[in-house]
Amino acid sequence: MPTTPTTEAPAATAAGSAPGGDFSDVTRSDASLRRFLHGLPGVDQVGADARAASLGTRSIKTTAKAQALDLAIRMVDLTTLEGADTDGKVRALASKAVRPDPADPTCPSVAAVCVYGDLAATARQTLGDSGVHVAAVATAFPSGRASREIKLADTRDAVAAGADEIDMVIDRGAFLSGRYLEVFEEIVAVKEACGPAHLKVIFETGELQTYDNVRRASWLAMMAGGHFIKTSTGKTQPAATLPVTMIMLEAVRDWRAATGQMVGVKPAGGIRTAKDAIKYLVTVNEVAGPDWLDPDWFRFGASTLLNDLLMQRTKMRTGRYSGPDYFTLD
Amino acid sequence: MSTRIDVRKTYKLFIGGAFPRSESGYSYVVNDHKGAFVANAALASRKDARDAVGAARKAQSGWAGRTAYNRAQILYRVAEVMEDRRWQFVQAVQQSEGLSGSKAERVVDEAVDRWVWYAGWADKLAQVVGNANPVAGPFFNLSTPEPTGVVAVLAPERSSLLGLVSVLAPVIVSGNTAVLVSSYSRPLPAVNLAEVLATSDVPGGVVNILTGKAATVAPWLAAHMDVNAIDLTGVAGDAALATDLEVAAADNLKRVRRAPAAEPDWSAEPGLEPMTAFLETKTVWHPMGV
Repeated sequence: MPTTPTTEAPAATAAGSAPGGDFSDVTRSDASLRRFLHGLPGVDQVGADARAASLGTRSIKTTAKAQALDLAIRMVDLTTLEGADTDGKVRALASKAVRPDPADPTCPSVAAVCVYGDLAATARQTLGDSGVHVAAVATAFPSGRASREIKLADTRDAVAAGADEIDMVIDRGAFLSGRYLEVFEEIVAVKEACGPAHLKVIFETGELQTYDNVRRASWLAMMAGGHFIKTSTGKTQPAATLPVTMIMLEAVRDWRAATGQMVGVKPAGGIRTAKDAIKYLVTVNEVAGPDWLDPDWFRFGASTLLNDLLMQRTKMRTGRYSGPDYFTLD
Repeated sequence: MSTRIDVRKTYKLFIGGAFPRSESGYSYVVNDHKGAFVANAALASRKDARDAVGAARKAQSGWAGRTAYNRAQILYRVAEVMEDRRWQFVQAVQQSEGLSGSKAERVVDEAVDRWVWYAGWADKLAQVVGNANPVAGPFFNLSTPEPTGVVAVLAPERSSLLGLVSVLAPVIVSGNTAVLVSSYSRPLPAVNLAEVLATSDVPGGVVNILTGKAATVAPWLAAHMDVNAIDLTGVAGDAALATDLEVAAADNLKRVRRAPAAEPDWSAEPGLEPMTAFLETKTVWHPMGV
């Protein structure tokens, strides 16, 4: 997230300050919001799948691949979201986040460590001033089934514990029943509770049924001021897919064209190989543009992906295939 | 009746229980011993080798975790299916090695018998190479053989079936998984064996068969950090390549079964060495009377 302002960062801060000026009319009532979201052009599902598939066929080799692997490592939100998480596991993961490949000092750090709110303090303590962010999931993750007060308290608690990024889940029930304003207001409220922390809005696209809904959710979250839009919790299948991510990238591109503000995108769950990650990077470049090829604007929510990136990186450096025995499991 | 059009075959690789084409898209012509066209075979590339190692690694713990008795049953079933496809192996051996019909039949018989022989060893190895060690204390001290892991096997160049069975069966019988590079000039018995393995309860990934040049694929297998051992029998006689492979294999301390100076006589009794070459000894101490 842009702690040091880049050229686009002021725009992002503006995105954070209030719903884009042009959209105050839209978000005035449930009816106007519904009219706007349902007025968005529909997604051609077959076309979207085909385009995503064709973007996945690019061949990225040698120096471009080396660059892509390093960029992908810098974009990883190293995630552990399990009931069995312990302080020790989070500490180990945080150490790995700072120095993913202890055998190679040129290997960059990842973008963030993503944990449950109660472990944010542990992660913060280990990460210190390494520059790696602490992301915490909040708002009754992963189902989002809790009252507004509890969700806000959950958020404030995580921020107080040292999280500088909050991953919230939207209320899919409300979204699917068409109560868009409720979802909108909840995002706005959570964003307020975040204070200085950046907000990522998780749609759980696997539960949204259609690509049209993904596009609507993207616009809804951007209008509500989310800094990032994120595909999935990683707890349901299907999680992130290339077409869904592409549709979200189209949304952030269109949003910048309309408002001048940049919003980040984070696919999460199901991205396990370096090859997949590179396909996503190609899609980012082709759909949203090279401005998004930066850890401030694009992230991978992943745990196993990092090891494959490191193995590929080691393969490029040493010229021989590496194996999982040479990298830590978590 | 019209003349029947030839069914020309392009065989594929055997990786993870499936039959993919080579990632490279290349295939090569396989001729019989007289130089007449027989079929095309896939030309494996380094990425096929990488995929095969991945499949072998995935299958390894499950295969080693089966009971020895179950592995014996599965390997015996392989021999059964080989016997069912006898005519096909006889033909392949004849085409590849230029043997007469009766000699080729004898080779196939020996190959099937050898497979049965190795199948029998699955649940007997531990008795023979394991031990209850006498120690100076109130402990049971037991040494048991454990599989080494993923083993790359370079199959002999000349003996296309008996030699193939004689290097493959001893590797997998103890719970290792194998990535086998077949004979380049005589790959058809290996291709037939792949079809046997695919239909005889051997879990996918336990045996992966690559048809192609050992000189191009083997260096990648020898240097691969996730391969635990390599059998260099297939490069017998090529001392320079064998040395290169041994050097590459040293990086992760692979077990190496060294290349002989010339291809051995495969009809000889194999002994235990082909199996024990890919075993690790695990020793546990257990207090007595607890």
